[in-house]
Amino acid sequence: MLKIEKLHKSYPIGDSSLHVLKGIDLSVESGEMVAIMGSSGSGKSTLLNIIGMLDEADEGNYILDDVPIKNLTEKKAAIYRNKFLGFIFQSFNLINYKNALDNVALPLYYQGLKRKERIEKGLFHLEKVGLRDWAHHLPNELSGGQKQRVAIARALAANPKLLLADEPTGALDTKTSHEIMDFIQSLNDEGKTILMVTHEEDIANMCKRIVRLRDGVIMEDKFVEQVRASQYV
Amino acid sequence: MFKFLFERDTWQEVYDSLSKNKVRTVLTMFGVWWGILLLIWLLGSARGIENSFNRLFGSFATNSVFVWGQSTSKPFKGFQEGKRVRLTLTDAKKVEENIDGIEFVVPRNQNQGFVVRNFLSGTYSVAGDYPLLDLVQKKKLIHGRFINQKDIDDNKKVVVISEDIYKQLFQKDEEAIGEYIKINSMNFKVIGMYEVTSFGGPPTDMHIPFTTFQQIYNQGEQIGWMMITGKPEADIRQVELDAKLLLKNLNKIHPEDKRAFGSFNFGKEFAKMTGFLSGMQFLTWFVGIATLFAGVFAIGNILLITVKERTKEIGVRRALGATPFEIKRQIIVEAVFITIVAGLLGIISGGLILILENKLWGQGSEAFLVNPSVSITIVFISLVILVILGTLIGLIPAFKATSIKPIEALREE
Repeated sequence: MLKIEKLHKSYPIGDSSLHVLKGIDLSVESGEMVAIMGSSGSGKSTLLNIIGMLDEADEGNYILDDVPIKNLTEKKAAIYRNKFLGFIFQSFNLINYKNALDNVALPLYYQGLKRKERIEKGLFHLEKVGLRDWAHHLPNELSGGQKQRVAIARALAANPKLLLADEPTGALDTKTSHEIMDFIQSLNDEGKTILMVTHEEDIANMCKRIVRLRDGVIMEDKFVEQVRASQYV
Repeated sequence: MFKFLFERDTWQEVYDSLSKNKVRTVLTMFGVWWGILLLIWLLGSARGIENSFNRLFGSFATNSVFVWGQSTSKPFKGFQEGKRVRLTLTDAKKVEENIDGIEFVVPRNQNQGFVVRNFLSGTYSVAGDYPLLDLVQKKKLIHGRFINQKDIDDNKKVVVISEDIYKQLFQKDEEAIGEYIKINSMNFKVIGMYEVTSFGGPPTDMHIPFTTFQQIYNQGEQIGWMMITGKPEADIRQVELDAKLLLKNLNKIHPEDKRAFGSFNFGKEFAKMTGFLSGMQFLTWFVGIATLFAGVFAIGNILLITVKERTKEIGVRRALGATPFEIKRQIIVEAVFITIVAGLLGIISGGLILILENKLWGQGSEAFLVNPSVSITIVFISLVILVILGTLIGLIPAFKATSIKPIEALREE
């Protein structure tokens, strides 16, 4: 599903450069739920951005669903992002002047779907996250948990192969965090491949595999017994 | 490529982003609205003033000079200074024959006449004229006709009166044509009546045939003054100098005598006025276009700021699969849309101001502004310019927006 070989990335800082990723090898199979952990500066966000095609690696290979991701034009990257990936952000990143439904339907707009179809699909996904009744509310009328659920619905709308989550519970309290994790787990149960960055041990333990990064290299990569979030809810 | 312009979604996006940020949108539009309003308003008013000038002088040969005799200030060829100078018909003829660039020379005479009709009477100015006068100083005839060649040939006792005289000598709605009035105890038949325009040379109450005038005032060959009209391309100041020199020669007057002839160069004065008008028009264009540019730049400026504000939104859109082209297109459409809407509003309100001006100052024959208007071509061209400028100015924030990598846009603060 996803294969990364000898990935290097450095950022220029003034005259020198900061070597963030120093040869990452990682492969993820379909249906996995992987947590990428590490202290800040370990390169976990950079890795996620490269996987998300928001950033490009300097060296190494990245193959997503048998498609080599290399030297993409912005346009191609945009199309791949739309087709393959769904993003969930720590701060939700909903567009504040669009209501929940329009936010969810936005990726579909960029897919070129007709309005009627977009609304239909958007409502379907809102229903799935349990917010159908909130379809016409603006983001600032929703609670944090609800916002994140709208964001998840938006990530799901384009039916991506891979869900990328950057600290999805970082801005939520424990109870809401568990609710969101419960929902993400259920998505994984349905077969979605999920990759998330987190620095919270208990959230990572709710995944099926933990990859630990330190100073740009993978220190540990292990499969774990998944803790179900539903027991806390 | 332009198919997106006809899609509801494109406009939904534009509507959303503009209507959710009303203050920003209104402020942005204000600049362009004001610019085009000013352009339309100033151009229309300038046109109105020009029209009123044209109406005022339209019937008048503006490239002309009036010359009359005074008295000499220098002794010459045995004549003492202070000799009274009278122009004659021969002078007029010679001027017409010998000076370059002349269209017509119209000899004229004027005097006071005591006019009586029934029990009404008054003293009015009476002019002796050739039919030619009607060519250089068009009379707005309400009834009847002007003097013709036959009147001249037969020394007919006919008179063309002004509307003012009619009002003083006749009852309301009374038929004047064919009636007789007494001028200096002689009966004259009224053959025409003209409306007094606010401009048309020295005011005259009534006109009689030149030859008849010669007889009743015992003028002989002498004339009061001559009106010399130049061909449109002729330099009327040169014509004036040439004519005066010739007249001095004919009348045995010192060539350097500055007081022998009086003159009023209408062409020169008129050129000053038209110069002022074209200056005003240039200023109008300059101010209008400069304001318009300022307005469009204001739009660009504000869009640029909003792009900064919307960095995150643009980053999200790109993460969700918007191509850079779609982002640019969106911002340009927004820019063009507000420029056009603001421009149209400006055109409409400018037009309304012109309508109001027309109501206030554009009525009646003495109107200061006549039909203040802007041609549809100018409106169309300024709209096109607006669209082009709107697109160009939209390009700046659009490129700015897509030059930010989505990763930078989404980075948590």
